[in-house]
Parts: sequence; C-alpha cells; structure tokens
Amino acid sequence: MNKVTLRVKVAQYSEIEPRIGQTIQVMDRKIALFKVTNGKVYAIDNRSPHPKGGVLSEGLVSGEYVFCPVYDWKISLVDGKVQAPDEGQVKTYKVEIEGDDIFVVLE
Amino acid sequence: MSKKRLVMIGNGMAGIRTIEEILKLGPEMFEITIFGSEPHPNYNRIQLSTVLQGDAEVSDIILNDWNWYEENKITLYTGETIVKVDTKNQRVISNEGRITPYDELIFATGSSSLMLPLPGVDKKGVTGFRDIQDTETMMEAARQYKKAVVIGGGLLGLEAARGLLNLGMKVDVVHLVGHLMERQLDPIAGEMLKQELENQGMNFLLEKKTTEIFGDERVRGLRFTDGTEVEADLVVMAIGIVPNALLASESGVRVNRGIVVNDLMQTSIPHVYAVGECAEHREVTYGLVAPLYEQAKVLAEKVCHRKVLPYEGSVTGAQLKVAGVDLFSAGEITEDATSTVIRFHNEYAGVYKKVILRDNQIVGIVMYGDTKESTRLFRLMTLKEDISNLTDMELLQPIGAEGTHSINDMPDDEMVCGCNGVSKGDIVSAIHEHSLHSVEEVKGCTNAGRSCGRCKPIIADILEHTLGEEFDSSEQKVAMCGCTPLSHDEVVDEIKEKGLTTIKETMNVLAWQNEEGCTKCRPALNYYLGMVHPEYKDDRNSRLVNEKMHANIQKDGTYSVVPRMYGGVTTAQDLIRIGQVAEKYHIPLVKMTGGQRIALMGVKKEDLTAVWKELDMPSGYAYGKTLRTVKTCVGSTFCRFGTQDSMGLGQELERMFERLDTPHKVKMSVSACPRNCSESGIKDVGVVGIDGGWEIYVGGNGGTDLRAGDLLYTVKTKEELLEITRAFLQYYRETGHYLERTSKWVERFGLDHIKEVLENEAKRVELNARLSRTLERYEEPWSKILEDDTAQNNYYGKREVLTT
Ligand code: SRM
Ligand SMILES: Cc1cc2nc3c(=O)[nH]c(=O)nc-3n(C[C@H](O)[C@H](O)[C@H](O)COP(=O)(O)OP(=O)(O)OC[C@H]3O[C@@H](n4cnc5c(N)ncnc54)[C@H](O)[C@@H]3O)c2cc1C
Ligand code: SF4
Ligand code: FES
Repeated sequence: MNKVTLRVKVAQYSEIEPRIGQTIQVMDRKIALFKVTNGKVYAIDNRSPHPKGGVLSEGLVSGEYVFCPVYDWKISLVDGKVQAPDEGQVKTYKVEIEGDDIFVVLE
Repeated sequence: MSKKRLVMIGNGMAGIRTIEEILKLGPEMFEITIFGSEPHPNYNRIQLSTVLQGDAEVSDIILNDWNWYEENKITLYTGETIVKVDTKNQRVISNEGRITPYDELIFATGSSSLMLPLPGVDKKGVTGFRDIQDTETMMEAARQYKKAVVIGGGLLGLEAARGLLNLGMKVDVVHLVGHLMERQLDPIAGEMLKQELENQGMNFLLEKKTTEIFGDERVRGLRFTDGTEVEADLVVMAIGIVPNALLASESGVRVNRGIVVNDLMQTSIPHVYAVGECAEHREVTYGLVAPLYEQAKVLAEKVCHRKVLPYEGSVTGAQLKVAGVDLFSAGEITEDATSTVIRFHNEYAGVYKKVILRDNQIVGIVMYGDTKESTRLFRLMTLKEDISNLTDMELLQPIGAEGTHSINDMPDDEMVCGCNGVSKGDIVSAIHEHSLHSVEEVKGCTNAGRSCGRCKPIIADILEHTLGEEFDSSEQKVAMCGCTPLSHDEVVDEIKEKGLTTIKETMNVLAWQNEEGCTKCRPALNYYLGMVHPEYKDDRNSRLVNEKMHANIQKDGTYSVVPRMYGGVTTAQDLIRIGQVAEKYHIPLVKMTGGQRIALMGVKKEDLTAVWKELDMPSGYAYGKTLRTVKTCVGSTFCRFGTQDSMGLGQELERMFERLDTPHKVKMSVSACPRNCSESGIKDVGVVGIDGGWEIYVGGNGGTDLRAGDLLYTVKTKEELLEITRAFLQYYRETGHYLERTSKWVERFGLDHIKEVLENEAKRVELNARLSRTLERYEEPWSKILEDDTAQNNYYGKREVLTT
C-alpha cells in the first residue's frame, strides 16, 4: 500500500483569532482549524462523531477542547477523543507552523 | 394643621434607623431635615472593614440611597456640618450659615476615632478608621506604600490590619496590653487569636507604648517608650472612639462622656433628643449597632407620641469580622471570687469556650474557634435564665445531635440577627405573611442581615426549615455547572459584590475549575455580566453557535435566516425581496414560522452575509435568548370584535424590546379581544385588549411544559402597560437564572411577590430606568457584521485550498 502525504498551507497564523473555529476545505476534505488561547493550533475533521453528524467549526472553544455546537459533546482538540459520558473520536491532523504560515498534513 | 419640623444632626446608622422607625409610625407627621458632615447618603459603617478588605465597593454598602430621601420627602444636606444649636429659639445653624428652625431636634452625631495626642499625629499618612474617607485614605496609601502600622489590637484595629494585608501591605499591630482584644477576650482566647492572625501574616508588637510619630511631611515611623522604633508609611490609629458631644455641650445640653439621655432618649433640654453612639444612657455609651437600634425604636415611639417601652440599656456581644476567625464574647470575660466557670479547651482543634456563671445565671461568654452555641448562650444570658438544671456539657454543646443546632429546637424568641434585634419568630412570620423565598427578601422585610451580615446563614436555615417542601434547595444549592460549586445566584452576587467585569476575571476570582469554562457557564456568565453592567462588552465567543452566528444552525451545517416582521405585519416590497433572495441563493425552503414571519431555511454559511445584505431587513433573532416575536391579531383595525389596536401595540413592543438579552427567550403577543387569536394565554407576556383597557398575562408557555399565563394586571392606558411590562421584564432579567423561562421563574418567585415588587413605585421606576440604560447598548447585528470585514472573515469565511 502506498500512503500519500499531503502538506498544505491553509491559513496565516496572524490572521486567525483564538477561539473562533475556521472552516477549511481541501478538495473534498472538510477540516475545522482552531487556534486556542495558549496560541497552539489544532486541526480536526469538521464533522461531529455524533451519529447525526453536524459541523464542529462553530463550537465553543474552552482550553484545548471544543464543544460540538449541535449536540454539545465535548471533544479534545489534541487527540480528537470525545469526553465521557459520550464516546467517539474525531480524526485529527498534524499542524505545522512555519513563520506565519500554518500547514496541515493530510495522509 | 401644619406638620411639625423635625431636624436631625448626623446622617449615620442610628439616626437614619430612627427616621425609618418614625416613618413607619407616622409617615406624614413631620417635615424632616437631616444634616450630615459626610458627603454620602447613609451607609453601613460596619462594612467599611469589608470594603477595606476588598470584598465590597462603597456603592455596595449604601443603606439608604439618594432616592430614599427623596421618596420620603426628607430634606438632606450632606457635606454640611451643624456648628451651633440655639435651643432657646429652637434652631440650628450650619457651617454654610444655613439657619433651620425645629420643633423637635435629634442629635445623632455618632463618634470619632480617638487620636492619641502624640507628637507627629498630624503628619500625612496618619489616620483613624471611622468613615469612607479614612478607608479611601488607607486604600490609596496601599497603592503607593508598603508598610503599615496599626495602633490598637482591638476589634477595629484588627479589622483594619486584615484589610491592609489584603491590600498587599506589610502590617504591624502595636498594642499596649499583653494580649489582643483584652476587652472581649481572656488571655487564652487572645493568644489563640494572635496565633491565627500571625499565620495570616500579621506581626504583633505587644506591650508597646508609642511616644512619637516621626517623619517629614509624611510619616516614616513610630518610636516607643522603650526606645525602639518601627518603620511606617501609614499609621492607623484604632484605640477607641469618642462620642461627638462637643456641639451639644456648647449648646447647653448636659454632657458627661456622651450626651446624657434618660430612658426616653430625652436630653436635659426639652424637644432635644440624642440617639446612637453620641448618647450616654445610664452612664453607658455603646459602640455597636444593636443597642443603638433599640434606642432608635424607643425614640421614634416617643416623638410620634406612641406608647413607649422605655429603654433600659442593653447587653452586647462582640464578634470580629476577619475571615478565618470565629469568636464571640459577651458580658464578663474574667472570673472572680463570686463567679464560677465552665471551660472547654481543645488545643488540637483550636476551640475554646468559657461560660462564667453567678447565682445560676450566665454573666459572661468567651468563645473561640466554634461559636455555634453563641446565640443560644447569649439568649440565656440576656434573659437571665436559671441554668441550674443544665449540665456543663449541655451548656457548651447543643442539646441533641452534636454540632448541629437544629432550627426546630430554636425557641421563637431566640435572637437571630443581633444587630437588628430580629428573632426567629419575627423571621418565620415574615416568611409566611409575605411569602418570602430568599435571604435577600427576608432582609428587605425584617432588616435581619442588614448590618454585619453574620446572621445570614441562620436566616437561610430558617427559610429552608419554614418553607419545607416549598423551599427549592436546588435553586439555592445546585452548582451552575461542573466548573464551579457556586449556584447561579451566588455567582451573580459575587459579580456584584466584587465588581467583576469580564468572564476571565470572574473565573479567576471565583476559582473556576476549568480555566475557560464550558457551554453551561460561559454563556451564563456572559449574560449575567451584561445584566449587571449595562456597559459590558459582549463576548461573542462565549455565546453558543446560533447567537454567535446570528443565524440558526441546522443539522446539515446550513443555517436558517429569519428577518423581523414587526408584529407579524409585512409589506409587498419585503415579500418581493424575500422571494428574490430565495431564488438567487437557491434557498431550499421558505416557510411561515409559528411566530408569524418567514424563515429562509438551508442557507449556506458562506452565503449568510450576502443574504442579509440583499434582504436589507433587521435580524428577527429567531435564535436568541431575547425577545423572539410579538404575535398580533388584526384587532380593531379590521376585526368586528376588536377593542384595541393590537397590531400597533405589538409592533411597538417588538421595536422596544428587540435584541434585549434575557435569561431565556421571551415571546409576546397582543390580541384585541378575549377571543385571543394570537394566543396571549401561552406567552411570556401576553396582552389581551378589553373594553377600555388591557389585561397583561405573564409566565405562559406553549413549549415543552405547557403553562397558561397568570393575569398580572389589568391596566387602563398603554403608558401603564408599557411601564409594567418593562418593569416585569427587567425584574426577570435581574433575578431569572440563565435558561429559565418566565414560566419557571414566575413559579419560583410566586406571582404575589412579583406583583409586590411591581406595585412599589420606587422599584418600578428604578427597574424601568435600568432597562432603558441597557436598551441603549444594542445595535442591529446583521448590518453591523456587514460593516465589519474582520468579523466576516472570522466567522463566515470558508477557506478553500486547491491542490494539484
Ligand atoms: C422556526 C420555528 C418553527 C417553525 O417552523 O415555525 C422554530 C424553530 C425552532 N425552535 Fe421553536 N420554533 C418556532 C416556534 C416555536 C413556538 C411557537 C411560538 O413561538 O409561538 C414554540 C412554543 C411556544 C413557546 O416557546 O412558549 C417553540 C418552542 C421551542 C422550544 C421549547 C421551549 C420551552 O420553553 O419549552 C425549543 C427548545 C429551546 O428553546 O430550548 C425550541 C427550539 C427551536 C429551534 C431553535 C431548535 C434549535 O435549537 O435548533 C428550532 C430551529 C429550527 C431551525 O432550523 O431554524 N422551540 N418554538 C418557529 C420560529 C418562530 C419565530 O418566528 O421566531
Ligand atoms: C470599621 C468599623 C467596623 C465596625 N464594625 C461593627 C460591627 O461589626 N458591629 C457593630 O455592631 N458595630 C460596628 N461598628 C460600629 C457602628 O458602625 C457604629 O456603632 C454605628 O455606625 C453608630 O451609628 P451612629 O449613627 O451613632 O453614628 P455614625 O454612623 O457615626 O453617624 C454619625 C454621623 O453624624 C455626622 N455628624 C457628626 N457631627 C455632625 C454635625 N455637627 N453636623 C452634621 N453631621 C454630623 C458624622 O459625620 C456621621 O456621618 C463598626 C464601626 C467601624 C468604624
Ligand atoms: S382576538 Fe379578537 S380582535 Fe383579534 S382577531 Fe381574534 S376575534 Fe378579532
Ligand atoms: S447579626 Fe449583624 S446583620 Fe444580623
């Protein structure tokens, strides 16, 4: 099996505000990008693992978590894990910052 | 007959309490004039310690605000001192030369800090601790300087020292005697107190006598009789108080230590009375409010020609208002040959209790570390009860379960609020009579808890016990969310008391457990802060998706857009525009909502701003914790049954309240006759037109828990209707819990209570004024976003990355 790795520039670091999720589309992939208060940037799939789906980019951000805006699940931005009592996991993407450029690594 | 002229010198706690009592007995009897040297309305002097300690603002401790004087038609001169009293011609003269005649005159001049006549006492940075100005002097010094010395290790001195520590100063307390608070504590308790305060960071210089305050223009230090010195940038003198009696003695009134009064609070001159700390009764002057308030009552009865129960003096108990210190003392503190003592001392737990007995009666109490039994023992002492049938342990410990003093066992006449002389019985009957549900309401009704505040936990217990089932402990005890143990009400109180202004600060100060909160507390705090401070800057990122986006998210991530149609009335032009936009942006569904307007459903996020722009209509806030819609019926404009212009009123209400933040969504409607075609019976505020007036229903709900609204009032004019509706909404805003619809709120508070508040003209006017101030801050969100490129990028942008 050959794995394709794609590294794409998605935004300027200085341009995005903490705690406001950004919607990013790379081809057909929809990604939610978050800068959190401590300055770190995370990228996860913009789709709630809730069986009924829904986006995550508009969720309320608290520390390194985002709350799903539609069903209020609490999801870790670091590893994508849904916090108890709910269960599930969102796909996370590696984020690299070079100068003012934010790159997301897709596999 | 014209009213008699009553003049009062002094605008402090005892004086104003006397006026309150007089107003209760004979609201129309006197034309009242009050002079006060301080530039403030009457405030709670006791809480100056709290202000100094940083737990309250000056504005929080005002007891009677300017309005109160106005409402009671009292002429008040603040910042004006009476310098001469002409008792022959019955008139007083102020430092401004104002001459005011009186028929009855009351001295309520209080006391001043006793300032030792030491060399250097007039240097800058030397102050007493008596009024707002002294407190501000200390707070100001703490901003610039590091080291404070408090002279006096009594109640006042220690409270000042604690405050200065809180303000970040290093504090030495100088005390003449070998142990602290020697007038209230014996050496053992004094030592326990010293250890606790040392742990808190105070440094004590005991058995030291100051001879000199040295420095230049400003103080630099103190010198003692033993030749030693300490540095000081601030010196607080708290060694005692002197009654302000000079003016009286100069006016020929008999003065000893204080102004001498008899059991009816009369001085040696007819028509001249004295009350409070300036008065000396049976050779005693008092320095705590409880006895002064008793005097106030007697004096009020006297001047109103009521049956008077003469004042016979008081027994007082003392506490120290310093966190971490629990002590109580009353009566004698050291035993002698004629008394016996029961003593309990647990050094390990830091608890010490001593009861002094003579002839089978309690004559003294000293408690440290555990004062739960103090009210019970104090009562036995004041009633001079025979305690020979109680065992020693029963005296020191509660009867029954250890450590719990059950409200059940508490006799009705047991004093709960020592400061204001309010017994358990008084509180219980007030709870029943006025259907009270909260400590604040009990305070408003009975005065209990209005001074030092120490009794508030017991009041809460009495409430709980009296209301039983009805007492919604969930409402008092349930935490806002997992991030804090505090309840909604507690958080709001803290925001007000500590003057918190941002979410971050609130979470910091109140020790939030998750640094940035969660979806429960962040929106709630954002609401409460905005409710408390009309100038609050909204935190958009603490709102949940719909309010943050100003559109309603749907399950597939698209949004619905619902523009305003005031009162459900639209125009052909608007309809055409809605149609054109729907076509241009391929909006999949156009629907009439249940709120008499049109929703465009399935709008893509990135189209939202363009859709708003082309619609060019205000947001209908179909997503907000705010006014949703005001539904109307056609009413008298067309309907044969209509009695009123329901559409006109509905539109006016919707324009008045649109965008206003409320604890939960608010829905209104106006029908023009009782046929009620716009369903006014199930709205948060539902108006029904009748012949010659309107009925206002509140607390209705057509949602999950169906509830019919209660008839609040029937009014004659639209002006009355608006005033009541506005006050109702504002009272809901101020007391409702976040996410509590009016239906639940009305049940929690009770319709009677709400009516009582709205019937009080002063409160109604204030509620209206606060609402107006809040309403000023709102702007139309859609058009604002259209002017704001950053907001458009941040919230509505979508980044598409194309790769090859
Ligand atoms: C659009 C509308 C339905 C319609 O197609 O007619 C609607 C749509 C929603 N309602 Fe409603 N309600 C609508 C009228 C009502 C009514 C009828 C009325 O207002 O006369 C009620 C019952 C009356 C009442 O509230 O007292 C109503 C009771 C609710 C409730 C239950 C509230 C309660 O206190 O029990 C919710 C849930 C909530 O707010 O927590 C709710 C929540 C919702 C939400 C916002 C659910 C959500 O969070 O996504 C729906 C958004 C749909 C969307 O995708 O945009 N909706 N909803 C109506 C909009 C009216 C408007 O123009 O603003
Ligand atoms: C820091 C502090 C903490 C305290 N803690 C407690 C406590 O925990 N419990 C308790 O029971 N008590 C406490 N007290 C005491 C309590 O505040 C007083 O007993 C009470 O305020 C006395 O009321 P009053 O009306 O007699 O005097 P004041 O409240 O002092 O009012 C007298 C007013 O008259 C004005 N005045 C004087 N002369 C004139 C004049 N010639 N013309 C015009 N105005 C004049 C003064 O400026 C003053 O405003 C505390 C006091 C202080 C300072
Ligand atoms: S409520 Fe009365 S006035 Fe209004 S439309 Fe219905 S019948 Fe007519
Ligand atoms: S005991 Fe001081 S206010 Fe009640």
